[in-house]
Amino acid sequence: MHIPDGFLDLKTWGTLYGVSGGTTAYALYKVRDRLEGKKIPLLGITAAFIFAAQMLNFPVAGGTSGHFLGAMLACVLLGPFEGFLVMVTVLMVQCFFFADGGLTALGANIFNMGIVGGLFSYYLMVLLKAPLSRWIGEKKALLSSVAVFSWVSVVLASAACAIELVISGTVPFNVTFPAMVGVHSLIGIGEAIITTVALVVVLQSRPDLVDAYRGPALSQTATAGEVA
Amino acid sequence: MAIDVKKNLRENKGLWIFVGVGIVVAVLLGVFVAPWASSSPDGLEKVAEDKGFIKKAEEEKPTWTHSPMKDYAFPGVKSEKASTGISGLVGVLITLAAATVIGLLALGLNRLHKKRMSAEGSPDAP
Repeated sequence: MHIPDGFLDLKTWGTLYGVSGGTTAYALYKVRDRLEGKKIPLLGITAAFIFAAQMLNFPVAGGTSGHFLGAMLACVLLGPFEGFLVMVTVLMVQCFFFADGGLTALGANIFNMGIVGGLFSYYLMVLLKAPLSRWIGEKKALLSSVAVFSWVSVVLASAACAIELVISGTVPFNVTFPAMVGVHSLIGIGEAIITTVALVVVLQSRPDLVDAYRGPALSQTATAGEVA
Repeated sequence: MAIDVKKNLRENKGLWIFVGVGIVVAVLLGVFVAPWASSSPDGLEKVAEDKGFIKKAEEEKPTWTHSPMKDYAFPGVKSEKASTGISGLVGVLITLAAATVIGLLALGLNRLHKKRMSAEGSPDAP
């Protein structure tokens, strides 16, 4: 759902540039207290994986395709603000090197896919996970909350995109909103599957590398420095 | 801040294996799967086509015209599949580098901040 140039008017894309720019600055400030050297290569591979996975459009109903978003996965693996910065990176590379998403719409695209689909959806996921983990255990709670809210993240991002189109006067609400949310509730199923499978794989191999997982790390894979 | 590469590799062997596997997976997806991805319009494009506002993007002159791999096509490569695959590889490497640089930038801010805090806290600070 990368918005090209021409879909948004100046007041909309200008405002969203401000919001996204401010959030990016805040995220850089926020992660500096908790970022350690070990996490840097993880930021790199998560961004690279999301970039590659976003190229893999899968067909959904009626001659439409959808692709993985990855914002929820990034936030769960790395922490919300680190995940947000990864999404900013991916969206900037796509905009500047691949003409995927317009330069005027970059702020809007970061807002939709990084803030609404990333940060906001992540904290909604945490709200579900926290009480759930007392009932069914940390691991099941994390996986089921992530499955649900990675679907939600795509739907909310598409809703935000639709509303921006309406505010810009590009297309009326009753025309675009149901269509955007409808098709993305299908694409969101793909998002939920890919995110959950990827999370299961990382939880199996290196649970200590999953930021949102608070359960016991596997003792044989955790190195001495990580146990503390 | 000198980094002992050998010591780091030995102590974080598992991490580096994980990172290596991650890079390989991303490259394989970008090079060997992406060329066969669906070329149907995505959700937003499809809605824009159906509702008739796609022309707003088509009529608009792009504000950034220097994208070297527009629409994931590597310039000068005739085969469409190879073109997508190569741009997938290049894109994965650029993204990897860019996110690493942003991480290092944040880490640098972190170290600068800590240094300043400890300088302010120590009695011999000016």
